[in-house]
Order: sequence, then structure tokens, then C-alpha cells
Amino acid sequence: MSDYNFAYLDEQTKRMIRRAILKGIAVPGYQVPFASREMPMPYGWGTGGVQVSAACLMPEDTLKVIDQGADDTTNAVSIRKFFEKTAEIAVTEKTREATVIQTRHRIPEEPLKEGQILVYQVPIPEPLRFLEPRETETRKMHALEEYGLMHVKLYEDIAKHGHIATSYAYPVKVEGHYVMDPSPIPKFDNPKMEMAAIQLFGAGREQRIYAVPPYTKVVSLDFEDHPFDPSKANHPCDLCGAEHTYLDEVIIDDDGGRMFVCSDTDYCAERQAMGHRGRLSPEAAE
Amino acid sequence: MTIQPLLSVKDIRKTYGGRIGCTDVSFDLYPGEVMGIVGESGSGKSTLLNCMAGHLPPDSGQVLFDTRDRGMVDTLTMSEPERRMLSRTDWAFVHQHARDGLRMGVSAGGNVGERLMAVGARHYGNIRTQAIDWLDRVEINEDRVDDKPSAFSGGMQQRLQIARNLVTGPRLVFMDEPTGGLDVSVQARLLDLLRGLVREMGLSAIIVTHDLAVVRLLADRLMVMKSGHVVEHGLTDQVLDDPQHAYTQLLVSSVLQV
Amino acid sequence: MYVAVKGGERAIDNAHAWLAEERRGDVTVAELTVPQIREQLALAVNRVMTEGSLYDPDLAALAIKQSRGDLIEAIFLIRAYRTTLPRIGHSHPVETDKMACDRRVSATFKDVPGGQVLGPTFDYTHRLLDFKLMAEGEVPEAVEAEPRIEPTPHVTSFLNKEGLIQTEAEGEDTPPDLTREPLELPANRALRLQALTRGDEGFILSMAYSTQRGYGNSHAFVGELRIGKVAVEIDIPELGFAIEVGEVELTECETVNKFAGSKVEPPQFTRGYGLTFGQTERKAISMALVDRSLRSKELGVEVSNSPAHDEEFVLYHCDNIQATGFLEHIKLPHYVDFQSEMELVRKMRAEIASASAKEAAE
Repeated sequence: MSDYNFAYLDEQTKRMIRRAILKGIAVPGYQVPFASREMPMPYGWGTGGVQVSAACLMPEDTLKVIDQGADDTTNAVSIRKFFEKTAEIAVTEKTREATVIQTRHRIPEEPLKEGQILVYQVPIPEPLRFLEPRETETRKMHALEEYGLMHVKLYEDIAKHGHIATSYAYPVKVEGHYVMDPSPIPKFDNPKMEMAAIQLFGAGREQRIYAVPPYTKVVSLDFEDHPFDPSKANHPCDLCGAEHTYLDEVIIDDDGGRMFVCSDTDYCAERQAMGHRGRLSPEAAE
Repeated sequence: MTIQPLLSVKDIRKTYGGRIGCTDVSFDLYPGEVMGIVGESGSGKSTLLNCMAGHLPPDSGQVLFDTRDRGMVDTLTMSEPERRMLSRTDWAFVHQHARDGLRMGVSAGGNVGERLMAVGARHYGNIRTQAIDWLDRVEINEDRVDDKPSAFSGGMQQRLQIARNLVTGPRLVFMDEPTGGLDVSVQARLLDLLRGLVREMGLSAIIVTHDLAVVRLLADRLMVMKSGHVVEHGLTDQVLDDPQHAYTQLLVSSVLQV
Repeated sequence: MYVAVKGGERAIDNAHAWLAEERRGDVTVAELTVPQIREQLALAVNRVMTEGSLYDPDLAALAIKQSRGDLIEAIFLIRAYRTTLPRIGHSHPVETDKMACDRRVSATFKDVPGGQVLGPTFDYTHRLLDFKLMAEGEVPEAVEAEPRIEPTPHVTSFLNKEGLIQTEAEGEDTPPDLTREPLELPANRALRLQALTRGDEGFILSMAYSTQRGYGNSHAFVGELRIGKVAVEIDIPELGFAIEVGEVELTECETVNKFAGSKVEPPQFTRGYGLTFGQTERKAISMALVDRSLRSKELGVEVSNSPAHDEEFVLYHCDNIQATGFLEHIKLPHYVDFQSEMELVRKMRAEIASASAKEAAE
């Protein structure tokens, strides 16, 4: 495939994106505007993540792409194929082997290491957007750390429901200043964001890049008497028996029968290969 | 011992194109004092209020405020973060229309709690307790705490706006026609409430109104404005009972005729 | 027994093959060629070039063929292709008063120097289906006039001589390039115009229409609408002067709006401006109305809460490629988010159930 430059984007564009990434790393949680390019996939389908990945990828990299935690969902397959075609790089489904991981909606279960880059696809980067629709105003609110409104939202949740009723895209405060949208990952994944790898967030349509450098403090917003609760469904995985992973619920018959399986397909497969079994594992059922 | 003024306004001037909004306005406001500004619509009283509160940049002049950490500082040359911080902590602004000062989509408790959260309160239970306490002080029943202001009457909305402003114990309150647009009986109740709060909290306030009854009840001192100029000022009773300027005389007599 | 859903890759390949077959349709019907689309569906080609921001009728025709006539999809193909092209340089501003006009009308004057030229317009056709077109046949030749050699001055320049219309100062700086720099607000007019040209025809049309119906009061006349070819000149550093590298067909619209004047300025007319590729006059007129509407703040006239007065609203929502992508992405799997919502709802329901059970027991 020689019609396009390595990893599709031209070098000038990649440089522009890298500058935005570096700025983002220098100011953790700050949304850096960048001149997002039209990509050959639709806005909203990961164009921000794809551009960030394209700017990070080197020929020696190994790429993993997940959507909802799984390597084999159609959009993950499509993005992986795109880079296989335009960058001819190695791809993997193993979290451990990847140097760049592009994700939508999940953080892998296996802790990431130094030297790895986790690239998130972000639909709406602005955590204040649904409280204040105006970009000119929200940028000012970030600059002046006027985050009272964010807590008003949480206050209203508790007043109405007795709980903070935000279960995904749960807002975090990064390194004591910027309030940031972690992209629509389940709140279960929030604690993992204090990690050894670099986390980069790309919002193509909204033209923003932001970042969390390794070992950065990431605090989920809460109240002292209503602390953040990263809980998940109280089930083990029906295939590998894991009790500490985020689960997908799968409906298996017309009578409302259901099973719970790890959303991280690589993690689940590896546990099964190591001999772990769940309630509905083929062997266990026999 | 001389008392330091809380607010010192010097030579404020604001024009719109060729028209004068207000000009040559200077005065000092001392802690615990309530200043009334009266005049008909178009007299420049609202322009002056908005210039002082930082909503409108004046062409020239100074608005010095006795800050907690730096003493007298010109709020017009303050950095925006500093000014916005001031307006969340030490200052409050009560709008004529409650709608402009409230978040209509947020519950009464959330409205009162926002200012607390904006200055760092992070204990839900305490925020709620304080919100309920303030609702009680402005005579709104506790069981309305989770209702939205859109379900409130005009008078209740205005009382909620006052609670939202006073919850953080501001040192200076700006009020723009706080009783405007309300029924007479509702006005009386609100005025009574405001008078109680002002006394109890020792509030310093600047109240703009066209209603002489409001200043008679609340203000220690009075400024009368006409065509952008202050035409008369003095102690409230003195100005109202013995007006010197022809315009003030007219104002007072027109009220007395009612 | 549950088997994890696998085979996304094969499903995608199969879907693509099926799509290719459907695009071709019944193979007993002759295949449409790119030149046929370029020549006979020229207005679709023009729209794709305008909103795709690329003047290339052949590629636009190809995109229409590939997208099965879905114009937004075709615009998307062009945009995705365009983004890979290097930006080599920029042309001089095109001189539209030197345009070789195929069409030129003014609604503000009965006659103007240079004349009114109707040109190839649907305007006065009766919209009756022409069943003759179901059969193929020759088209009678149209009458030709002598081409006009001298420049055709802009109608607004006549108003300008009297000072009746606001003068637009020539910008000193090279305007920013929306495709190379992020849109940051407040935007300047050059950036706004770029966004409007690229904006969705339907969206811009509706915004413009809303200003006519009272959502943002600005009564506009078409001062002038002209369509024709203009030369594109580029400076060649090695030569030290500009040379003509080709010509493009453009539609240009200038609207004239009344402005009441302010304390310092006497009443005068103001302008709205629209410029698009090819013959795309609905878009150019709409654009001029929306441009004028978005200028309210800088002209110091009353800004209402109407959508067409709201720069952020218009500029952030006019791009159909952004809009369609985000809209359609809700088809993608969201089951992780949905799962977390489901757990929350279950937990809250369980709490209510146990609370009422306790109450009943007491």
C-alpha cells in the first residue's frame, strides 16, 4: 500500500498532532484544540483516536485495538485493518504485547506498563458540556477552575436518586486542576487511570486532544459522605470464573436466561487457557 | 480611630456612544451600611450598579474594595479569576428577575448549595443541611428543597435567589430592584424579610430601586440620580423628609400623593 | 452453549462485497459512467465539490457513483481524499468582477451595467414531469449570444459609490485555513465563510429561511447573483510573477440588507456574502443570508436568541460530515455503557423494593 503515507496521515499533519499531544501531556487534563483531519471513517467512529494513534505509531510498534473491551467487535476490526493496511505494522490481541492500544469504552483488565500508550476514542471531550453548552464559557470555567456546577450535577443526582447516578463517563479531576471526561468508560475502570502507561484522548469531531501522563493523580469526583463507588455487577465471569473483571451481560434464550462474561476478551481467553473455569464453561457443563 | 470603607467608588463614568450612562459618581460605603440609589428608569442607576458589580466596564473611574488579603484593591483592574472569585465569596448580586439569578433546571437545594460547592464544600449532608437552613430563613418550607424553582411563585423565587446569594455570608450585596415585578403584598413580605436579614447579618448592601418605600425601610443613606448624575445624597430620612434638589422634591411628592 | 461472537472480520468483508453488488444494480442495465455523471448530474457534482471543498468534477462524479447517489457519503469520500493532499500554496483571491458570467441577476435594480442574464436556470420552468426524458433523444440547440468581453462590475459597487452600502475593507492578513487549523470561537468572518461554504446545503438553507421568518430579523435582497468561470492565478516563486493555472466555475451571491445605523453611523445597507463551487445558487444565497445574520454582533445591531444569530450554534452544527458521523455512531456497540446503566437501575430498583418491603413489614 504505497498510495498513502505511513499510517495514512502526511508527516506535517502528524507533527501538528504530536505537538498537541505533547502540550496535552505537559498540561494534564487540559483539552488542546487541534486541526482534526477528515479521516476515511466517519466522525464519531474513532477518528480522534485514529489520528492520535497514527501520530504515535512507528514502524516497529505493535498495535491492539479494542471496542467494548473486545478485539473482534466490528469497529475494532475495521480500525485494526486500517492500520494494517496503511502502516503495515504488527498487530496483536494480547494486551501485554502491544505498544499502542486504541480503545473505545474500556481499559484492559491487565495493568498496563511503562512504555505502553493507551489511546482513547472520545465522543464529547467536555465534561461540562451538558451543564453548559457554550464552548466559550466552558473554556473559561476550566481556566478559572469554576467547577461548582459539576458538583451541582452530582448533588442533584443524590437528591433525586439517593446515589450519584453517573455510571460511565464519570468525571475525574486530574492532578488537582482540570476536570476531565475519561471518555465513556464504565466508572469501574476509573481507578485504573492512575497507571504506568501514557493515556492519550482524541476527539476528532470536536477537535480536541488531551492526556494523562504516567503516574498522574486522577480523582473521581464525589462527596465526602457519598464517596465514589466503582462497583460492578455482583457476578463472576461464567466462562473464566473471574470475580474482579467488568462483565458483559448476554441474553442466551427467550426466557430471560442470561450469562455474564468478561468484556475484556483477551483477558478472559488467557484465563481460560490457564485452566480457570466458570459456571458455563464447556468443560464445566459436561 | 477611623473606620476603613468597605467599598470606595471614585469618579465612575460610563457612556454609550454619545449618551451618558452615568458620570462623576463617587462615594464610600462603610461596613454594615446600606446605600440606596433611587431615580426613574434611564437615570443611570442600573448602569452604575452594573459598573460597580463588574458586569459592565466603565469608561473611567475606580471601584476599590477592601479585600481580605490585600486591603483596598481596584476591582476594575483585578484579574478575571480574582474578580470571579470575589463574586463567589465576598460579593452577591440579587437580580430583579429571579430567573436571571437562579438555575431554573436545578432544585432549590442545588441552587442554594451551588455557591457552597463553588467555594469547595464537598460534604453532601452538610450542604443539604445548610441549604434547608437557608430555605427556612427565607420562609421556604423544607419539603420544597428538591423542587425546581419553576414550580415556585414569583415571591418564592425571589426569596430563593436571596438565600442562594447569602448562604456563603457575603460582605457586600448588590440588589437590582429586588422587589420589582412582585405584587404589593408579596413585596411587603419580602421587604420585611430583607430588613430582618440585613440587621441580623450586619450586611453591607447597595440597593437600586425606583421605589422610595424600599429605601425608606432598608437604606441608611441615599443617592438620588437623574440623567446620569447624582443630584442629591445624604441620610435616608434627611433626604426623604427634607429634599433639597427640585428633582428629589418631585420624586418625594409624587410618592406622597399615592 | 454460548460461543463468543467472533468473525467480525468476515462479516465486514461479506458486507462490502454485497454492497458492491448492490451499487452496480441490475447488470442487464448499462453501467453509469463517470463522465455521464459529471455531464448529466452536474448540479449534484457541484454540491459535492462545494461541501467536499475540492474542485474536481471527475472525482466528485466518481464519488457520486461510488456512494450510490448518497451525496453526503460522496462529500465524505471527497473530504477524506482531500485531507491526504499536501497544501502546496494558495492562489491570489479570484477576481469575480472579471467572471465570464453564464448567469447574472440583480433583484435590486431593473437593469444594471452588464445587463441581467438569466442563463441556464430552473427559475421559470413549470415543474411538470417531462416524460420525453424517459426516452433518449436529441436536445434542440439553445440560442447563443455574443460573449461579453469586458469585466462585469458588481451591483454593490454602484451602491458603494454613494456610500449607501457598508464598505468592506480588504483584509490584510492571509485568512486562516479551516481545514488546517481548529475552529476556535469567536471566529473571524473569513473562517465563518469557509465553514458556511462547506456547510450542509439543507442546514444552511433552513437557517437562512428562519431569518426570513422572523427568527433573527434581517430582511435581505439579492443585490446580485452571478455564476460563471473565473481564472485562478498562483505566484510561482521561480518566475517572480503569477500565472494562470486554470479556471473554476463559481456562484457568487451578495445580499443587501438594511441597517438602521447607530449613534455614530448614518443608516446604510450592509452585505451578506456567499461563494460556492459550480452552479449552486440555492446554497450561495442561503449562505449570504446566514453570513449577514452572524455579523450582527460586529455590526452592532441587536442580537436575538435566534439560532441563526448564534455563531457557536451555526458553526458547530453546519458540517454534515461531522453531524452524520456522530449521529450514526450510535449504531456502534455501546453495551459496556448500557451494562453500567442497567446495573445502576437494578440497584436503585432493588433499594426501593427493599425499603417498601420493610415498610410493609413494620
